[in-house]
Amino acid sequence: MSLTRRTQQALAENLPYEELLPYEQPAYVHSYVYLFGVASLASFILLIVTGIVLAAFGPQWWHFSAVGHFFNSLHFWSVQAFFFFMVVHLWATFFQGAWRDGRGLTWVVGVVTFLVSILTAFTGYISQQNFDAQWIAVQAKDAMNSVGVGAFFNVLNFGQMYGFHIFLLPLAVGVLIAIHLTMVRMRGVVKPYPLDEKGREVTS
Amino acid sequence: MMARKHAYYRGVRMAPYDLIREFLIALSVVTVLVIILASVLSSPDEPPLTLKGIARAAPQSYVQTALNELDGSSGISDYGPPYNNGSGAVQSIGPISVQQLVGVHIPVNTAQDFVLGPLAEVAPTNPAWKAALNRYTAASPKQQAAWTNAYNTALAKAKTQGTGLIVPSCACGPVPTMMAAMLTLGQRGAMDGLLLTSRQFYQTDYTRPLLFTADPDNNFVAARATAFNLQGNQWGVMNETGNYPGQAWLWLYSLFYQIPPYTTAWAANTDALAVFSVTILTLILMFLPWIPGLNRLPRYLGVYRLIWKDWYREERRRTEPPVETATPEVQV
Repeated sequence: MSLTRRTQQALAENLPYEELLPYEQPAYVHSYVYLFGVASLASFILLIVTGIVLAAFGPQWWHFSAVGHFFNSLHFWSVQAFFFFMVVHLWATFFQGAWRDGRGLTWVVGVVTFLVSILTAFTGYISQQNFDAQWIAVQAKDAMNSVGVGAFFNVLNFGQMYGFHIFLLPLAVGVLIAIHLTMVRMRGVVKPYPLDEKGREVTS
Repeated sequence: MMARKHAYYRGVRMAPYDLIREFLIALSVVTVLVIILASVLSSPDEPPLTLKGIARAAPQSYVQTALNELDGSSGISDYGPPYNNGSGAVQSIGPISVQQLVGVHIPVNTAQDFVLGPLAEVAPTNPAWKAALNRYTAASPKQQAAWTNAYNTALAKAKTQGTGLIVPSCACGPVPTMMAAMLTLGQRGAMDGLLLTSRQFYQTDYTRPLLFTADPDNNFVAARATAFNLQGNQWGVMNETGNYPGQAWLWLYSLFYQIPPYTTAWAANTDALAVFSVTILTLILMFLPWIPGLNRLPRYLGVYRLIWKDWYREERRRTEPPVETATPEVQV
């Protein structure tokens, strides 16, 4: 059997398009808490769009252009929004015990996405070419060097950090988000903790 | 997989849900929010320090840093891997120092790279500088140390006049001329270029200029960072200039720089131990689903009752038997 046919069959069985975009959800999904995941995704899209504009004009543009500074501000507040929504999403899924019923890997991918996002933001801070960038890089080098990472991930090397920030790490975050969302769609949204026969939450 | 999902949802009330509409609304709301925040609050952009600026604003601090780089007493001279074989900043976790195991990968010799090398580049343009440099490099290490020690003592009594620095005369050999040359190069902006590490036309690696600019001995830079609350003991790991939120998500990592024993008994290895501690906590968070006890914590905390309160109310309503009401007497 050809690899193409086998892949097509696997996708058709495991990830049919109607499951990627279902038009109905369990009724328990009608809670405001579920909005923080999609708000994180929306913030990430904004980050990519504003980041593309900043990258297109080069790393120095925003220091001497009012328009550039505004796009930097959009990028800056998108980062803040992204982390705010992602952290609330993380806490919400924790309080839901969202890893139950075979969803452990989905949780792991979410945590890894959070960690790679922190690294992405960090490389952004040291790619700013201002005093913040200088100071953060000089201070961070000690932590990186203390565990042997600084020899290969040199936070004082602007070219290396800029490459990580505008391409490698955002790509990784995007791929991880795609995997995370696909896993949620494939496994469905975790059920609420069950009720007992009298309609009370089971607490043990 | 899909059969498993359908089996999982069996018996669960389903309701219409428009994912695309939800995404578009979220995108619109977040976009408007970000535009408002960017328009009203802007974003920080404190200009970077230059060696030119430091040499003009704080000539004594600048020359002191240059002298320490020359005599090997600066924070970077004896730093250790990945810059050199010193031990000043080498950290370990217990008996293991990964920093030393990795070794030197970005070699930095502060005397040569920060002072003698830049002076050698420009010495041909100034006979006095050339003579001083030749005299210094030809001297024995013992003689060099005697000169730099004497200059160190004299520099402590120096007076600043505007951008000038008046150092009392001393038996310092060629060092005063060399330091005067360093100050001139710094104040004219030449040092910023001379310290760039790349030997190519295009340059993107600022390792050496940054190591020199923000050497721990440079009081001027440290004072500026303190004024912005950027020092490690000021939660500086997550702060940034101005009244902006900074990297608030690093609060847990930053916490380790504020509390004992990280700030006391473990102070010599704070960075390594903070990274190690955060790594352990991160692994616990990551593998929470399989850690007995912790994976049941949300059930005991009970916040889920708030999250799903509408669902539970509806489920109770459905499971509770209908309340029988007394039938009023009817006269026939």
